[in-house]
Amino acid sequence: MREITYRQALNEALAEELERDPNVFLMGEEVAEYQGAYKVSHDLLQRFGPRRIIDTPISENGFAGLGVGAAMVGLRPIIEFMTFSFSLVAFDQVVNNAPNMFTMSGGQFNIPITFRGPNGPAHQLGATHSHATENFYASVPGLKVCTPATPRDAKGLLKTAVRDNNPVLVLEAELLYSSKGMVEPPDEELLIPLGKAEVKREGSDVSIICYAQTVPLALNVAAQLEEEDISAEIVDLRSIKPLDERAILDSVAKTHRVVIAEQDHPFCGVGAEVCYRIQKNIFDELDAPIIRVSQEDVPMPYNERLEKAVLPNAEKLIAAVKKVCYA
Amino acid sequence: MQPGQQRDEVEMLALMLLIRRFEERASQQYQAQKIGGFCHLYIGQEAVVTGALAAVREDDYVITAYRDHAHALARGTSADACMAELFGKETGCSQGLGGSMHFFNRKNHMYGGHAIVGAHVPLAVGMAFATKYRDEDRVTLCFFGDGAINQGAFHEALNLAALYKLPIIFICENNLFAMGTSVKRSTSLKQIVDRAEGYDIPGEIVDGMNFREVRDKVAEIAESIRKEPHPAFLEVRTYRYRGHSMSDPASYRTKEELEKYRLDDPITRLRAQLTREGKLTNEQFDLLDKRAKETVLAAVKFAEKSPEPRLDKLYDYTYADGAKP
Repeated sequence: MREITYRQALNEALAEELERDPNVFLMGEEVAEYQGAYKVSHDLLQRFGPRRIIDTPISENGFAGLGVGAAMVGLRPIIEFMTFSFSLVAFDQVVNNAPNMFTMSGGQFNIPITFRGPNGPAHQLGATHSHATENFYASVPGLKVCTPATPRDAKGLLKTAVRDNNPVLVLEAELLYSSKGMVEPPDEELLIPLGKAEVKREGSDVSIICYAQTVPLALNVAAQLEEEDISAEIVDLRSIKPLDERAILDSVAKTHRVVIAEQDHPFCGVGAEVCYRIQKNIFDELDAPIIRVSQEDVPMPYNERLEKAVLPNAEKLIAAVKKVCYA
Repeated sequence: MQPGQQRDEVEMLALMLLIRRFEERASQQYQAQKIGGFCHLYIGQEAVVTGALAAVREDDYVITAYRDHAHALARGTSADACMAELFGKETGCSQGLGGSMHFFNRKNHMYGGHAIVGAHVPLAVGMAFATKYRDEDRVTLCFFGDGAINQGAFHEALNLAALYKLPIIFICENNLFAMGTSVKRSTSLKQIVDRAEGYDIPGEIVDGMNFREVRDKVAEIAESIRKEPHPAFLEVRTYRYRGHSMSDPASYRTKEELEKYRLDDPITRLRAQLTREGKLTNEQFDLLDKRAKETVLAAVKFAEKSPEPRLDKLYDYTYADGAKP
């Protein structure tokens, strides 16, 4: 194991999959000559050439659709959105074409495509550039959605996504690109299955269910709570769809109290689905109502103080934990 | 010899008849409520797809919009499989899961059947991209209607195809109406083909009621593309005799206009050409027509007696690995 950044981990995953399979190519805005808007594709043009690392004009609908068409005839495209906020311009391709093709064709055309890029609020980017899209996309049958929070998960999930025979969205986190973590050395194949959560920290008093940018937040909160003798278990979903229901239920059956820390909006958010599944399956295990900590239900304001007020934060999360623990 | 000339013209006339009789029968079955959803008929436009496909190889890629029955038939999908799809049966070309607007035939390189106007044009560009990526000499034929040319996806796709020099023919089947809106009321250009010029793509206009003209033009372009990959654009001027869909009485156009086009019927035209040249007798034509009618009638019977898709397989076509999230 060695310590690398989330950005490097994604870069390694891309390079390894491009190396392994000649049908894999990377396409998107600024992925080649510019080396990636967030440098995730650094050096890939130099290593793999312009046939496989392809810059596009600003035409998300066009190049996302190009990827779907290429996947119909046997290629395995990796389509980078500079941010998933821009994927909304390609919504029709991501929602209507990629996931519907397998059904509409009676099973003749599966679409092995990876859509990836940063997702969720970053820092003072305003309403149009701050979308957390995981709940929109997870609601679409035929799509798979994962949300890595650590360099190791980023590498392992992206590699698995590229090999999956379905459309998979790898929702990266802009604020985590420079974060560091331990990852297996490059000569060790690292594949993390979709649909497998991971307990990032064991605990006994409360389960904090989280993903993406709320994972480091929850881990910090858990450390603070420990000083107050509250033992929090941190369950990182890693994949939103498929959802690891088993891991959620196992943790809740142990702690009997749940807070969900999600980076999307509350209405029809990821936490709503998680809550539903918990109460449906193990209602009697709950010792307190579940609380969700999400964004406020408003478009993202630019002002820094207001932005902080919209986002899930340590204060809100600690208050929620104390409430479910009656502490 | 151009590949187009290898296809027997009498055979292609038979295909046009099959398409027409299929669509007439589909219309009747729709009215009898055997077919659900939307149903868009190709009657009047037969020379476009038959002409274009007579000019290319069987392994070239074909993709179209929602008025797709003819494209599937022309790509060798059986009338049985097409009619069964309309009936929503398991034996349909998309196993009854696609319906009228989503006909697919992977084996015969028919890539759909796409129902969001313009949204399949980027897919076609992706197919052509894959061809060039693998250094193959296939051509992609992307059919769409005049309604698609004002959609963003269309413009992005044309730009990408031109930028990457992809081997694709954009075939605009200009039947003068996007649903009930005439080209004059929807498009700022005097002629649709000028859209291509904006992307530095060579474009031409052909008479879509003339099988030979469509075939020869597509053959010429395909040959050029196989030598050196590039996109091309064809505005094929045609006419649909029926409304946009089954529910459309087409009151936005005059009887005189319809009659004018009916007199220029593509089947009648090719028949006359072949008869004049001594390649087809009246008896032979009648026999072809009789066979077409029998084939579609048999297709209706086949569709009727075919089983519905199985309920217990409902979740088998969402993910390629059968995942149930």
